[in-house]
Amino acid sequence: MHRTGELYGQFETLEQQKESAALGMWVFLSTEVLFFGGLFMTYTLNRHYYPVAFGVGSNTLDLKLGGLNTVILILSSLTMAMSVWASHVGKRKQTAGFLVATLLLGTAFLGVKVIEYKQKFDHHLVPGYHFQIDYRVQHPAPKDDPKEIEAEKEELNKAFAKDPDLNAHAQLYFSLYFGMTGLHALHMIVGAGMLVWLIRQSMLGRFTPTYNTPVEMIGLYWHFVDIVWIYLFPLLYLIDRHR
Amino acid sequence: MDTPTSTHTATAPVYKIPGEHYLNSSYGIRSWLLTTDHKRIALLYLFSVTFFFFVGGIFATMIRIHLMTPQGFLVTPETYNKLFTMHGVAMIFFFLIPSIPAVLGNFLVPLMIGAKDLAFPKINLLSWYIYVIGGCFVLYSFSTGGLDTGWTFYTPLSSVYSNSAVTPAVLGIFINGFSSILTGLNFVVTIHTMRAPGMTWFRLPLFVWAQYATSIIFILGTPVIAITLLLVGLERMFHLGFFNPALGGDPILFQHLFWFYSHPAVYIMILPAMGVISEIIPTFARKPIFGYSFIAGSSIAIAVIGFFVWAHHMFLTGESVYAALAFSFLSYLVAIPSAVKVFNWTSTLYKGSISWDTPMLYALGFIGLFLIGGLTGLFLACLGLDIHIHDTYFVVAHFHYIMVGGAVMGYLGGIHFWWPKISGRMYPEFLARVSAIILFMGFNLTFFPQFILGYLGMPRRYHSYPPEFQVLNVMSTAGASILALGYLLPMMYLVWSLKYGTVTGPNPWPATGLEWKTDSPPPTENFLVTPEVTWEPYDYETRPDLELDHIVAGKLPAPAHGDD
Repeated sequence: MHRTGELYGQFETLEQQKESAALGMWVFLSTEVLFFGGLFMTYTLNRHYYPVAFGVGSNTLDLKLGGLNTVILILSSLTMAMSVWASHVGKRKQTAGFLVATLLLGTAFLGVKVIEYKQKFDHHLVPGYHFQIDYRVQHPAPKDDPKEIEAEKEELNKAFAKDPDLNAHAQLYFSLYFGMTGLHALHMIVGAGMLVWLIRQSMLGRFTPTYNTPVEMIGLYWHFVDIVWIYLFPLLYLIDRHR
Repeated sequence: MDTPTSTHTATAPVYKIPGEHYLNSSYGIRSWLLTTDHKRIALLYLFSVTFFFFVGGIFATMIRIHLMTPQGFLVTPETYNKLFTMHGVAMIFFFLIPSIPAVLGNFLVPLMIGAKDLAFPKINLLSWYIYVIGGCFVLYSFSTGGLDTGWTFYTPLSSVYSNSAVTPAVLGIFINGFSSILTGLNFVVTIHTMRAPGMTWFRLPLFVWAQYATSIIFILGTPVIAITLLLVGLERMFHLGFFNPALGGDPILFQHLFWFYSHPAVYIMILPAMGVISEIIPTFARKPIFGYSFIAGSSIAIAVIGFFVWAHHMFLTGESVYAALAFSFLSYLVAIPSAVKVFNWTSTLYKGSISWDTPMLYALGFIGLFLIGGLTGLFLACLGLDIHIHDTYFVVAHFHYIMVGGAVMGYLGGIHFWWPKISGRMYPEFLARVSAIILFMGFNLTFFPQFILGYLGMPRRYHSYPPEFQVLNVMSTAGASILALGYLLPMMYLVWSLKYGTVTGPNPWPATGLEWKTDSPPPTENFLVTPEVTWEPYDYETRPDLELDHIVAGKLPAPAHGDD
């Protein structure tokens, strides 16, 4: 049997309600795949057109921060899965605890992303009228290693020789970088908001082994957002590291 | 509303409006704006799409008046560009796409499958609010400088050169997209999980199959246009270059992404109308529908194949000839499931006891107009011929035959067919038949000359034309004024019937669908007892509960309504 408030009026049974919620979430995720799909298509085409500029752009990204974020997100998927499991077996405290851990990891991811965005902003790599792919080598900061700057300058010169319109094409790369990671971050923020609600509900003891649909559904969403990052990370960070 | 009215036929039973139903179960503006009842939300959509229909209609009227003389005398060329753009945007995104799914689909899908509501009633309400917010953005764009890119928003005109209010418009359509997505999501889940006992997949009304197919397109197509138009907006706001060749972007990519949604969107408009026709034809032919599973399957086939034909809009924008061949072939393929439907409808009519009630007039009109619209679509899918008629009035005539002759006829037919269910009262039959005929004649007079104009070489979207085209253009404008009368009449008599129409009882036609087994108007929870389905769909021969024996004997019952 179920407690009052768990079964919405339009459904006959909890089972039917759960089935509807699960199908609804999967359908929503298929919409999301196509939503990101437009950006992935734009990325694929432009990378095919401008491999040099995309390589140059990709190499400016901070591999350590990107890698760290990948690890953080995979961990957060683990804690999310643990929380779904805990709600299934009726461990109320653990459900809430793992949700809090997921929220913290998600917030950490967004924090790292802010640091990365800030760097790109300082280096004039945000698309728009002030975009300049060689700004950093033209205006090195005092703390920059001169050797590193010199190597970077050389690489940029080579790239300019191959692709005279490098600045415009690198700007396309960064438009996609900010577009795709920005949309992903937006999904993280929405997910974090839902986690806050979920934590409150689980602290109030709303979830039982028979009724844990919200945990499971938001879990699905969270895993989806993780998977998007699993694709974004290599496509944005790793395409030209072999040189 | 609850004064009993009698019909003039002495033998016909006298019906009363039920004491409590979804319209009077609660009162006040809050009970409407915060409702989660799918029937009330359907009415909210009915008002808002009708509003946008008239917004788009005013632009169309101005276009037709302008084109009465070769030089055009009403507006400047710049304003003319804005008029046809705003006509397209209002009609396509804010009328045609939500019309049948969000109004009739919302009202009928739960009733037809025997459910109390959609699976997610709050999301259903949310999708109406999203529609309204998107609509406000677009109206803001219309009223602050307008929009002159064409409804297709081709880049780089839309992203760089246009000085009109493109940004709010693309944001409005982006937002509105989520309304479609949520409606589609709701329908898919509802049809999967909320069917009443005994309502198996192959007992579903064909209208529900059509809504299911449409929902697939909503879910998989709409996100692509959403992200694409968002990119156009970002390009304008932040000087980005995804689709701007000057910055290394590719305008052809925009066209691919745009048509990836916007061609399937044509099937969003026509599939639900086909669903309506599949309900009306067997009801007024008093026969089980011919080839039920083929009609159901062809809806799904149209939705699926429809995703693989988009580049036939781009035969002249420099795509590879091999791609063009493939897309031409795939476009021809769509003709097969479409023809399956038409043949099955006509086979249903064969030896049926046909009655000429208003919904049937619309349905028969639909078949004829869809036939012309569909066959001229094959002309356009033909690579050689398309070079000649691409971007001419032939294209304009073709898609108006599908969208107005098809989708709007289906919508109005459906509104009439289910009006007694929605309001509990019958519209005035004679007036309705007259206006259906006026509409059919006005429509053909408006758009048939445009086929000839296009074939003779008049380009679309031009504000002026050579004098030898004037006769056909004046014919078209004259037809448009008749057409306008055909739209205004139903508006007036449907409102009139809310108070003065004959009370009809639960099943006036009578029809076999589950929605006719409950009161008219239905109670808030649709069915007081969850129905159990034990019969096959469209069983107009043996259903005992419909008192059909006198029909089987070859005699038609007197119409249950009294105004003709």
